[in-house]
Amino acid sequence: MPDGRGATPLVVARDLTKIYVLGDTELHALDGVSLTVEQGEFLAIMGASGSGKSTLMNVLGCLDRPTSGSYTLDGLEVSRLSRGQLAEMRNHTIGFVFQSFNLLARTTAIENVELPLVYAGLPRRVRRERARQALERVGLGTRLEHRPSQLSGGQQQRVAIARAIVNEPKLMFADEPTGNLDTRTSVDVMALFQTLWRAGLTIVYVTHEPDVARYASRIILVRDGKIVSDTRQEPLIVNEAG
Amino acid sequence: MHIGNVIPIAVTALMRNKTRSFLTTLGVIIGVASVISMVAVGEGAKARVSGVFAAMGTNMLIVLSGSTSMGGVSGGFGSLPTLTWEDLKAIRRQAPAVRWAAPAQATKATIMVEDQNWTTTITGTSPEFFDIRNWVIDKGSLFGDSDLESGAKVIVLGATVAEKLFGPGTDPVGKTVRIRAVPFLVVGLLERKGQSPMGTDYDDAAFIPVSTFQNQIQGGLQNYIAGIIAVSAISAEDTGRAQSEITLLLRDRHHLAATDDDDFNIRNLTEMANAQQQGTQALTALLAAIAVVSLVVGGIGIMNIMLVSVTERTREIGVRMAVGAKPWHVLAQFLAEAVTLSMIGGLIGVVLGSVVARVVATRLGWAYSPRWDMIVLSFGFSALVGVAFGLYPARKASRLDPIEALRYE
Repeated sequence: MPDGRGATPLVVARDLTKIYVLGDTELHALDGVSLTVEQGEFLAIMGASGSGKSTLMNVLGCLDRPTSGSYTLDGLEVSRLSRGQLAEMRNHTIGFVFQSFNLLARTTAIENVELPLVYAGLPRRVRRERARQALERVGLGTRLEHRPSQLSGGQQQRVAIARAIVNEPKLMFADEPTGNLDTRTSVDVMALFQTLWRAGLTIVYVTHEPDVARYASRIILVRDGKIVSDTRQEPLIVNEAG
Repeated sequence: MHIGNVIPIAVTALMRNKTRSFLTTLGVIIGVASVISMVAVGEGAKARVSGVFAAMGTNMLIVLSGSTSMGGVSGGFGSLPTLTWEDLKAIRRQAPAVRWAAPAQATKATIMVEDQNWTTTITGTSPEFFDIRNWVIDKGSLFGDSDLESGAKVIVLGATVAEKLFGPGTDPVGKTVRIRAVPFLVVGLLERKGQSPMGTDYDDAAFIPVSTFQNQIQGGLQNYIAGIIAVSAISAEDTGRAQSEITLLLRDRHHLAATDDDDFNIRNLTEMANAQQQGTQALTALLAAIAVVSLVVGGIGIMNIMLVSVTERTREIGVRMAVGAKPWHVLAQFLAEAVTLSMIGGLIGVVLGSVVARVVATRLGWAYSPRWDMIVLSFGFSALVGVAFGLYPARKASRLDPIEALRYE
């Protein structure tokens, strides 16, 4: 177990609501969600499609702002931050991994990984070095100059993970990280997640597959915009191949 | 993100789609090239017009004698001699705005040498005439006031006449020619002047002292000038003043009552030149305005493509925002792409326009001088077009919602 338990919680969300107005009807995508995530947790958010799990992750990931409620990330109240300030949080505190990888096409792996550092304002030489190190961490040290189209799905997701961790965030969010991958590759990616987790990274990921949720140390189940269960478990440990 | 990163990112993005980038800049290229070439051609035309009028004479006015009117048929200016030698003297002495005044009486006559002859216009005049007409001696000398007083049989030849009589490249000075059996000594050869706006060859002319002209070539009323008085004002600005001074002077000398019409006519060549200049300038301005319109149309083309580009790259924008791009980063990126497009277009346009202007100038035999102010101006304007028309798509991109953008298919 990584250290960090008992320190200031990384995520403290209180009564988060997110209401979408569609014509005459209001859709409560989040309906009073309260959640605390300690540093060093490996959290899986489960739920059916439309349950509000993605909305929750978007709000927690500073991509979206809640309609009401308070959200403290790493000790900072972020629910009322401006777009620019949210961008800064995403850049420094958070890393993102998406279901569809979301790499820039016709851009090499290392350039993709450098992207957060470009917006962090780091000089090119430092960017290169740190991007190279991040790619080595995910096992792609030999594919720096490959373009996404020259990489397999699993490799593309590793590039995306390298991009998520390159600016040394405290928290990594992943939205269905294995959704576009076959079973074998999914296990590889989850093994990489566990390696990063054991190295001290707090990870929150969304999935609808119970198999994939087994790797987490804690599972919350979201239904109709509410958290209906919150269980801690002994994670199924997988080791990276090779 | 540092500002220095913006342009490389923009160039990388543009290089991913070279054909489209090029086609997008085409509008700006054509716009800038038209501005540069239109203005250069206009300038060339203007220089040509001033050159033509400069060849006619410096700050020149022409005083013509009055017209006859017999039985309702008007004879036209110059048909009735009203200008006297005393008038000429008075103009020289009493009109302060006049620098030079010279009589000019002309007739067609055949000049003969031993084995050749050539019919041309023989003009009897005084030495000031060459100053007024801006005419420089090439070989030998002009005739002087003493030749005028003595009625010397000397002649100054235009280049064409000399060539026809003696062959090209031959120095005619010192040779003798005959006009109506009277021998004339060639004392000077004039520098070549070229053609008038109407295509008349200025150099197809010969000049003799006006006294000799009256004695030997064409007699007539000795008190009157059977021709014109050519006048040069002291400056281009003073041609109007010279005109009114001469008018008052001649009206007074001819004892005209206030109700009488002038019995002479004054033509102000500088004014004609200015009118022509203004015409050329107006045309240049018009062409340049059309070219500017095409530049603006080019800008709209850029805006169009940038809007398409923003839509196409919505996901990319979402990804960039997700990893920490602030709205102004996205704004700067797309603005930089638009400005890069328009400036590259501007650069190519400047080169293309200069080449076109040079080719046109060479074809028409004009002098080509690049207008650096126009080059800088149109290049700057093309950059401005990039900013103006890039701003809207860039703003649109920067205001995208990151989640919406990431979900965009």
